[in-house]
Amino acid sequence: MLRKSLFSLLLAAGIALAGNASAETKVGFVYVGPIGDHGYSYQHDQGRLAVEKALGVKTTYVESVPEGADAERVIRQLASSGHDIIFTTSFGFMNPTVKVAKQFKNVKFEHATGYKRAENVSTYCARFYEGRAVLGTIAGKMTKSNVVGYIGSFPIPEVIRGIDSFTLALRKVNPKATVKVVWVNSWFDPGKEGDAAKALIDQGVDIITQHTDSPAPLQVAESRGVYAFGQASDMKAFAPKAQLTAIVDDWSAYYIDRVKAVMDGTWKSADAWYGLKQEMVKMAPYGDAVPDDVRKLADEVKQSIIDGSFHPFQGPIKNQKGELVVQAGEVISDQDLLGLNWYVEGVEGSIPK
Amino acid sequence: MDFFIPAMLTIITAATPLLFAALGEMVTEKSGVLNLGVEGMMVSGAIIGFVAVHSSGSVTIAILAGILAGAFMAAIFALFVLTFHASQVPTGLALTIFGIGLSALIGQSMVGIAYEGIPKISIPVISAIPVVGTLLFQQDFLVYLSIAMVAAIHYFLNKTRAGLILRAVGDSHDAAHAIGYSVVRIRFMAILFGGAMAGLGGAYLSLAYSPMWVEQMTAGRGWIALALVVFACWRTMRVLLGAYLFGGISILQLHAQALGIGIPSQVMSMLPYLATILVLVIISRDLSKIKLNAPASLGRPFHPSR
Repeated sequence: MLRKSLFSLLLAAGIALAGNASAETKVGFVYVGPIGDHGYSYQHDQGRLAVEKALGVKTTYVESVPEGADAERVIRQLASSGHDIIFTTSFGFMNPTVKVAKQFKNVKFEHATGYKRAENVSTYCARFYEGRAVLGTIAGKMTKSNVVGYIGSFPIPEVIRGIDSFTLALRKVNPKATVKVVWVNSWFDPGKEGDAAKALIDQGVDIITQHTDSPAPLQVAESRGVYAFGQASDMKAFAPKAQLTAIVDDWSAYYIDRVKAVMDGTWKSADAWYGLKQEMVKMAPYGDAVPDDVRKLADEVKQSIIDGSFHPFQGPIKNQKGELVVQAGEVISDQDLLGLNWYVEGVEGSIPK
Repeated sequence: MDFFIPAMLTIITAATPLLFAALGEMVTEKSGVLNLGVEGMMVSGAIIGFVAVHSSGSVTIAILAGILAGAFMAAIFALFVLTFHASQVPTGLALTIFGIGLSALIGQSMVGIAYEGIPKISIPVISAIPVVGTLLFQQDFLVYLSIAMVAAIHYFLNKTRAGLILRAVGDSHDAAHAIGYSVVRIRFMAILFGGAMAGLGGAYLSLAYSPMWVEQMTAGRGWIALALVVFACWRTMRVLLGAYLFGGISILQLHAQALGIGIPSQVMSMLPYLATILVLVIISRDLSKIKLNAPASLGRPFHPSR
C-alpha cells in the first residue's frame, strides 16, 4: 500500500517536472539552402536570430534540406523532439509539412510560399512582386539596349508573378523594353546562375534580375559592366558598381509575432501575405549608378504600393498574345495571383510546362 | 550569331573544372582504384584555394593550396583503401560527404567575400588573330594547364614505361605484384594524383569560374566527372571531348533559352547529360575496345597474400 502510493507520488512528480521542462517553447526552422547562400535562406536565418534575441527562446535549424522525402524525415524529427512550432521555408516542403502535421496535431507548422493549410498549418509568403514592380521601374529607366534579363529558378506561380510584375512596371516607363527569361531549374547553383547571366549578357541584355538564391549573377554583371538587382538580401558586397538595389526579405517581425502567439496560446492557422507595407519586403539602398530622377520615381512607386493607390497587377494588362485580360480599373485577385501561370506582354518565350 | 565567341569562352570555363577532375579520376581508375570521393575532393580544393587567395593574395599559392587540399583528402582515402583494405565504394562516398561537410565548416567565415577572379594571360603575338586568337590564346593559366595535362597524361599512359606499369597494376594487380612492382605504392601515387587534380578542378571553380565561396558550390560536378571517365572508356582524348561536350551543351542550352527557343527548360537541363552519354556511348560501342581499355582490376581490393 505504501509502495503503491509512493510510486504514484513519484509518477505525479515526474509528470509535473516533465511538464515544466516542456514549458519552454522550442522553435524549429527548415531551410532549403545553406545559410551561407547569402540570399534567401540567409534571410530566414536572420529572422530566426531575431526571434532568439527578442524572445529568448531556443531555436534549432536544419539547412540544405532537399525538397522531397528527405524533407519529411527532417520535419518529422523536429516535430518529435519537442518543438512547438516549426517553420518550413520553401515551396517544395509543402506536402511533407502537411503530412507530418497530420501526425503531430499539437505542433504548429508555418509553411512559407505554399498554399495548403490545416488546423495546425499556417502559410505565409511575402509579396515579393511588390518589390519587383519597383525593380521594373528602375530597369525601364536605366536600360539602354531595351532588353532585360531574368534568371528564373522553377516555373512556379511565385516566380511567374515576379516576372509579370517586373515586366508590367518595366514597360510602364519604357514600352519598348522586353524581358528574356532563362530557367536554371535550381534555387541555388552559383555556377549555373553565373552561366545563365553570361548567356543573357552575350545576347544583348544590359540589366539582370534573378529569382535564384546566389550572388553569382551579380558577380558576372559586375565583371561585364552591366547592371543587376540583388535577390532576397543586399548583395552589394559582390557587385559594388553593378547592384542598383535589391529586394530584401525581412521575416523577423512575422517570426517574432508567430512565436509569441504560440507562447501566449493565441496561435491560429492563417494565411499571411505581407509586402512593402508590413515591411516583410524591403528595398536595399540604391546603388551609386542610380540617378536622382530614377530614385525619385522608384520611391514614388514604392510609396504608392504602400498606401494602396497602386497595385502592381492593376489593369489594363495584356497577355503575350496581346489580348486585354485585365480591364482598366480591375486588379488581379490574390486567389488568381496564387495560381498565376501566364506571361504578360513583353516577356519573350513561353513558360515551360 | 555574334554571341559565338563569348559563348565559346564561357564553354571553356565551364568545361575546365570537369576536365581536371575527370583526368585525375581516369588515372586513378587506370591503376585499378575506384575513387567515388571526387566531389568531396573538388569542394575541398575550392574552399582551401579560396581561403589561400583571400589570405595571401597570391594566385600561385591558392592553386597550390587547392591541389594540396585535394591530395590530402585523397591521402585519407588511400589510407583506408590501401592500408586497411576497406571497400572502395563506401569509403569514397564517405569521403565525399566528409569533404562537403568539412569545406562548409571551414568556409563559414568566407561567405560573402568577393574576389575578382584570376587574371587572363594573353600570349603575345598569336592572341591577336581574330577569332581563334581570342578563343585559344587569351585564357587564364589554368585553362592552358588543363590542355597541357591532357597531352601529358596521354603521353604518360601510352608512351612511357611508368604509364605501362600503372596500367598493368590496373589490369591485373596480382600479376604486377608477382613481377615485383609495388602495387600499393603505385596505387597510392595514382590516388594522390587523382585527388590533386580534383582539388585543382575545385580550386578553378572558386578562383576563376564563379569567384566566391558558397557551400556545395561544386553542385555535383565531381559526379559528372566520374561519369565522364566511364563513358569516355578511360581514354584521355575522349575525356577531353566529353568534358567540352558537356560544358558546351550546358552553356548552349542557356543561350537557347535566352533566344526564346520553345523547348521546355527541364528538357534543356537534361540535354548535356543525354548528349554526352549518347555521343560517348556511340563512339565506344566496340565491345572489344571497351574490354581493352577498362582496367580489369577496377574496384577490387588488393591482398598480396592471396
